[in-house]
Amino acid sequence: MSEFLNFHFEVDGDNFVSAGQASVQMKKNMRQLGLSPEIIRKVSIAMYEGEINMVIHAHGGVADVNVYEDRIEIILDDKGPGIKDIDLAMQEGYSTANDHVRALGFGAGMGLPNMKRYTDDMKIETVVGEGTKITMSVNLS
Amino acid sequence: MTVNALIEKYGFSPLSLPDPDREVKGCYIGDLLSWVMGRAQADNAWITIMSNINIAAVAALSDVSLVILAEDVTPDENVLKTAESKNVNIARTSLPAFETAVKISCDI
Repeated sequence: MSEFLNFHFEVDGDNFVSAGQASVQMKKNMRQLGLSPEIIRKVSIAMYEGEINMVIHAHGGVADVNVYEDRIEIILDDKGPGIKDIDLAMQEGYSTANDHVRALGFGAGMGLPNMKRYTDDMKIETVVGEGTKITMSVNLS
Repeated sequence: MTVNALIEKYGFSPLSLPDPDREVKGCYIGDLLSWVMGRAQADNAWITIMSNINIAAVAALSDVSLVILAEDVTPDENVLKTAESKNVNIARTSLPAFETAVKISCDI
């Protein structure tokens, strides 16, 4: 594998004021790298959805973004409750978010579907009671 | 039409205008942030009644050119400061979302 850049972010849990900070910072980094607006948009949306999921469901976690020559890889790792039924979670409109979260405009059940829609590859590894690791890739060519 | 020109033409109240010369192209109306993230296009005006801090991040990440707060909603504390720092334009109108969209439709 060719050399790559790594960006590492800690995502605060249950903090809706700072939610999205990692994604916004990553967007700035991508602009500095001179990536195309379409690539920046895809990575930003996918990463923001993942970041919000970690805030809502998992008390935070860590996000790593690796920039390779041919793709950008986003890895989101949390020690949250895990996803009981991935097929159900992937359905648009399905959400387990509480009323407080919904009142803030989240919990529409579009997070995971958006992550899949805006990336070229997405892998979910989850163990109920232990956590979830999501690896997404956006191709650069 | 630019953000500044649109705001002046329709008498919207500017709340945060770090990037007034940006072009507005098209419009998206929605209050569910994931829908907006997934469906609003870059340079759109985004009309919403959602007024919490997260609109600044969503607007920045989805790259909309202007957030229009409809029905005179008041943004939460810190929204405008965050918007300025993220280069997000926000304006407010007393009109409902639909009427706002109809009014600006011929200029965007």
